[in-house]
Amino acid sequence: MSSDAPDPTDGGAPDAVSAADGPDAEPEANDSEVEEAAKHVPSGPPSGDPPLRVEGLVKRFGGVTAVDGASFEVESGSLTGLIGPNGAGKSTTFNCITGVHEPTAGSVYFEGEDITGLRPHRIARQGLVRTFQIARELAEMTVLENLMLAPQGQIGESAVRAVTPGLRGAVVAEETDLRERAWETLEFFEIDHLAHEHAGNLSGGQRKLLEMARALMTDPEMVLLDEPLAGVNPTLEEKLLDRIHELRADGYTFLLVEHDMDIIMENCEHVIVMHQGSVLAEGTGDEIRSDERVIEAYLGEDL
Amino acid sequence: MSDADVPDGARRSSDAPESATAALVEAARESDLGLVVGTLLAIYAAATLLTFTDGLNSVVGLLETLTFLGLVYALTALALNLQWGYTGLFNIGVAGFMAVGVYTMGMVVRSPDPAFGPPGLGLPLPVGIVAGMATAGLLGAVAALPALRLKADYLAIVTLGLSEIVRLSLQSSTFDNFLRDTIGAGTGGGRGMGMPDNPVRDLFLVDGQAGTPTAFGDLVFGIFGTDGLGIAHPILIGWGYIAVLAGFLVGFYLLLERLGRSPFGRVMKAIREDELVADSLGKDVNLVKIKVFVIGCALMGLAGILWFGSQGNVSPTPQFRPLLTFYVFIAVIIGGSGSNTGSVLGGIVFAAVLFEGPRRVGATVRGLIDAQTPASFADAVASLDPVTFLAYATDNIAPLQFVFLGLVLVFIIHRRPDGILGDRIETAAAVDLSERPAGGDADE
Repeated sequence: MSSDAPDPTDGGAPDAVSAADGPDAEPEANDSEVEEAAKHVPSGPPSGDPPLRVEGLVKRFGGVTAVDGASFEVESGSLTGLIGPNGAGKSTTFNCITGVHEPTAGSVYFEGEDITGLRPHRIARQGLVRTFQIARELAEMTVLENLMLAPQGQIGESAVRAVTPGLRGAVVAEETDLRERAWETLEFFEIDHLAHEHAGNLSGGQRKLLEMARALMTDPEMVLLDEPLAGVNPTLEEKLLDRIHELRADGYTFLLVEHDMDIIMENCEHVIVMHQGSVLAEGTGDEIRSDERVIEAYLGEDL
Repeated sequence: MSDADVPDGARRSSDAPESATAALVEAARESDLGLVVGTLLAIYAAATLLTFTDGLNSVVGLLETLTFLGLVYALTALALNLQWGYTGLFNIGVAGFMAVGVYTMGMVVRSPDPAFGPPGLGLPLPVGIVAGMATAGLLGAVAALPALRLKADYLAIVTLGLSEIVRLSLQSSTFDNFLRDTIGAGTGGGRGMGMPDNPVRDLFLVDGQAGTPTAFGDLVFGIFGTDGLGIAHPILIGWGYIAVLAGFLVGFYLLLERLGRSPFGRVMKAIREDELVADSLGKDVNLVKIKVFVIGCALMGLAGILWFGSQGNVSPTPQFRPLLTFYVFIAVIIGGSGSNTGSVLGGIVFAAVLFEGPRRVGATVRGLIDAQTPASFADAVASLDPVTFLAYATDNIAPLQFVFLGLVLVFIIHRRPDGILGDRIETAAAVDLSERPAGGDADE
């Protein structure tokens, strides 16, 4: 577990204290599931490098500069929030980090390694996975299949090995394990009753849960959540946040893009504010609330 | 629906090291093979009804034709289903890949110094078959490599173009001469090339010569042939070849089922559903697509060999027009893309009911009508006589068939877009997913 990691080397960054852990999980109910999920806990970064470091990221689409020199770091084991008004470049930043877009300039480092411009699957294999703003479930596959797709390096993922009679036993054994792990993950997110449902039949909120479950099945170190709560009803919202907090306590690192200011402020120990493609401010929720530039640029008089 | 049969699903979930045969029996039971056999029997019954007045040879001959076409379409449809049904790769160059397969086989196997036609390399038939599959697969990779970097539609354009390039190259005498000069084997240009001896024929007849049967031929001809039941010998040899085709079909089916019900199958389905998701979950989408293309095209090459290699002579133009590709697509659509059993069923239904059926029924109906065929459609309409019109229609069944095909296709896409069996709920896992094995709760 690395959530109590000391200060990052970067001097200026304010401490990410777990000031506002908001609505935390009720311990008893989920104990066993937490343990189960904990079996697949991330190993943590090999070195002291922060899991994610973005340096001078620039992305231009034609004449439009969507991201304009954004730089930030995400601490190991933290739940970091990324906010900003519409068009601030949050989603483009996500897309550049995860390889969907190739950055025009700048670098992205994951656990100290340069991952700039790598294709998405290469980045995912390193342990950095994402969910999508609009849930992208694999509609004509069942929920269980969606989850079983995700784990990396399955024996039977190679066409030749999948049909080699001598490897049949190994494939079946691995599939049996994966099936069990998928069931456990579904239980953790409390969507196990939907296991046989086609993913396309799920409600919007259930799809968000499915996406997160699927992302966890890849055994990531860090998960980028692109508006995981958009279009989710309040009950489910709480459930999702509970799960995120539990997983964070297990050592996963999260970067969360969210529109809802209150959610970010209540749940994230560290908040990054983007404005016009670059980082305007970062700090704890309280610091952001009182930051004049932020108030001026984004929050208006509301806070 | 898969969810529906959960109750009786306790079968093989707990015993982990399932035997391969048990799994295959299971697959057969779940996959509507009964429907395929039933359809085949219904087609046989209809064909028998149509021809039984003409005697045994007509019946058995028609059944042989229908079965042959059904099997070769099923083989090709299976190969296409891997690419299009499972992975969503829009390959409309099927005819080209089949042509490459059968031509390569011919060039490799034909005698270096033939009595007529282009020379070949004179290698054994198995070498030719492997070479044909390899060349078709390689061409598939060549087509896929540049196209996969572009949007999906480009793959369709590239493959269609490639298929026509193949056909026109095979037709060109310049290309023929070039090949003769460089590798010592030619294509025969527009005249095509004779196919090597069919080993199945050699099984029945000494040296492929009619009239001198082998011991096995003697045995079969004695029971079913002119000395026994009275079936013409070429028809019996045709049935012998059908047995071989059926064996290949079972092989194709098992291979593709195993491929589909595996983690690889899951990745294929995921690519069909949403490439970016598959990519973001760490799957090398382009590599998988290329693999699928190579496997599918190699199987198309083999299907081409099995189909046209048995036809005595191949020539590029009537046989490998893009029309052939669309026929195969119709077979896959009817059966339901995504389902291997559906592809087999679609191939059989297409070949028998849509392709061969109308001609046979038309000919039979024409034989019953006692009327002059009018010279033109206008005359047929102007006669105001339904019998005359029917005579015209049955005499022009081939063009009308296209209208019929179009109507069927529109109907299917409108009323049953998933095809007969294309529910796309085929399991993409090597284990039973229908229920959770008992172990799950015990370890808590």
